[in-house]
Amino acid sequence: MARNARRKRPVRSANPGANPPAGTGGAASAVQAAAPDPALRPFALVPGLAHLMLGRRRRGFHLLFFTLFLLLVVVVRWRAFTDGFSSPALDEWIATRFILTALAACVLFSFLDVHRLTSEQLDAAAAIAKGKSPFRVAIRRFGENKLAVAALYLIVLFYLVAILAPLLAPYDPAAIENPTETQYLGPSLQHLFGTDEFGRDLFSRAVFGARVSLAVGLLAVLVAVTFGTVFGSLAGYFGGVLDNVLMRIVDVIIAIPTFFLLLTLVGVFEANLLALVLILGFTSWTGTARFIRGEILSLKEREFIEAARAIGLPHRLVIFRHLIPNALAPVLVSAALMVGGMIGAEAGLSFLGIGIRPPTPSWGNMMSGGQDALLTYWWIALFPGLLLSSTILAFNLLADGLRDALDPKTLMRRYV
Amino acid sequence: MARFFAKRILQAVPLLFGIATLTFFIIHLAPGDPMDMYLEPRMQRQMDPEVIELIRQKYGLDQPVHVQYVKWLGNLAQGDLGESFRHRRPVASLIAERVPYTLQLAILALLFDALVGIALGIFSAVKQYSLVDKGVTVGSLVIYSVPGFWLALMLVIVFSVNLGWFPTSQTRSLDYEFLSLAGKIGDRLWHLVLPVFVLGVAQAAGTARYMRNRLLEVLSEEYVVAARARGLRERTVILKHALRNAMIPILTIYGMSLPFLLGGAVLIEKVFAWPGLGLLGVEAVGGRDYPVIMATMMMGAVLVILGNLMADVTYAIVDPRISLDGKKRTA
Repeated sequence: MARNARRKRPVRSANPGANPPAGTGGAASAVQAAAPDPALRPFALVPGLAHLMLGRRRRGFHLLFFTLFLLLVVVVRWRAFTDGFSSPALDEWIATRFILTALAACVLFSFLDVHRLTSEQLDAAAAIAKGKSPFRVAIRRFGENKLAVAALYLIVLFYLVAILAPLLAPYDPAAIENPTETQYLGPSLQHLFGTDEFGRDLFSRAVFGARVSLAVGLLAVLVAVTFGTVFGSLAGYFGGVLDNVLMRIVDVIIAIPTFFLLLTLVGVFEANLLALVLILGFTSWTGTARFIRGEILSLKEREFIEAARAIGLPHRLVIFRHLIPNALAPVLVSAALMVGGMIGAEAGLSFLGIGIRPPTPSWGNMMSGGQDALLTYWWIALFPGLLLSSTILAFNLLADGLRDALDPKTLMRRYV
Repeated sequence: MARFFAKRILQAVPLLFGIATLTFFIIHLAPGDPMDMYLEPRMQRQMDPEVIELIRQKYGLDQPVHVQYVKWLGNLAQGDLGESFRHRRPVASLIAERVPYTLQLAILALLFDALVGIALGIFSAVKQYSLVDKGVTVGSLVIYSVPGFWLALMLVIVFSVNLGWFPTSQTRSLDYEFLSLAGKIGDRLWHLVLPVFVLGVAQAAGTARYMRNRLLEVLSEEYVVAARARGLRERTVILKHALRNAMIPILTIYGMSLPFLLGGAVLIEKVFAWPGLGLLGVEAVGGRDYPVIMATMMMGAVLVILGNLMADVTYAIVDPRISLDGKKRTA
């Protein structure tokens, strides 16, 4: 991937006006190059093909492979796909419609993008400005971190698996038939991850379990980061008594070992999926709140905030338009780290038998069966744990990549 | 020193008060009758409603919430944590019985963390970009990402079930009472190996990463260059000049990592059937044993506050620039 990223520059400069050598940045001479051949446009109906012909290899391969992946799922699981199409269940409805929508989106995007590439006459200055916006620079730098990019691919793959679970799982994850014959079968071609005490196929359960783990992780972090950001910016911006009260609340929550607090809340409220998300979110916003408060405290002394106040912007706009966006990049990094932590916490709670309750499979509660069975039949715990670990690892690597890419201290140094 | 302690303990009081308040309201927000806090729901169903009403009055449950809250705080201040449903005995004695087991795990894990984590961190910083350094960097990230309870399960499967090197669970063998003193100590340590390793290794991974980065930072400082210029041995430069300065923030990290350590201990205790605070909490949640749930949460917080206090004290001892009394020290 990273090799592609590096190769991208010379390839790009074949396009109209994009990326002349850095350093001549200020030159306003609008270099107008001839647009590439519009005759390529019909090829765009196969997503990615026209991009490849135009030399936009990265985008081309992405479109092509994503389309092929979706088509492969449809072809290989044709029966499940057609059954799922007429099934009244929401899971199937989402999975089948997702495939169709994604395929349509690929074709549409491919066509429109090629249309843009073959007609547009970017002038050089605009192209340079676009290529050097902090966002673009961050993306480019992220692309150079091989591990982080690989992690991102793994995460996307896992989310795809989660969405398409009903189409990918070879068996019904909850079906219990003839447990005496099918229980505790080791991994084989019929049952990739083996079977559990009720003879359920563990691979299918793992595929469905991905939904719980990934959804809980992402949503809980969303809750935590949103709440922590609002809480911290209120404390930091208004200061005084409010700051004091809010931060003492944070002190109290930080002093309680998070997992004890989780245990208590989940146990007392007998959490379902939604409650679990809220509980996880509301036990882990404190770090974000403290951090944002610190950032806001230093930001609010800066001139641009003074200017914003001077022109009479209401507090609401100063906070949400000017302060929070400037403090958000490191929050993004810690959010990626938190997703891993949340997924681990959910798995831990489910392992204890108080998080996600059976029959709904989650990677954690697949390991919550009797201790003796877990220790005797190694495959029961091995595979969910491997999936869990690789997901958490991927999010941690992603966070590392984001940290390097978004670090404002080094952001501009290498590219501008 | 005494003044510092007094100040810190006074600071801890409102914190504990806040935690107690939070605990009280979490339990009172719980769906269902607050009566469940005092008497198991299963018991209530078999009892005469009049008797239940009497008990309600006895515990003051017929009074408004704020009165109950003040009363509960009063009991708490006197060390009365109530009585466990499951165990039919005062929660305080139950906790006192369980805390040492958790402390054993936590302290040994921290020791493991300090020895292994810091050593690996130093090694990988000194030999930057070597094979060992790369191994430590990648390995620590992987270990850091693996859920502790799963690692525990895997280690038990490999080392206890298949190889038979270590016991699968519990704190002592069945024939513990018949062993000699040395045998007893050995037996206890033998049972501690796996849980301490699992708990400590994740911590050590974090420490190694942090230590490496800190030491690399410190090694580029001018006083390190100066020490080298004076012709000191590299060993002295690193161990005496760089390390002491790199160590200081590590202590804060230790103080902050305590909540995570105790949290991780919950799952590890469950896997190893280790009768600590965490397992008590898990059992209490499973059995809806409200007084015990509240007490474990309070106790966990007390341990965290104590840990932070200790981190601060060590911090001041290690770093002569910081004084406990707030007075400026002269060099």
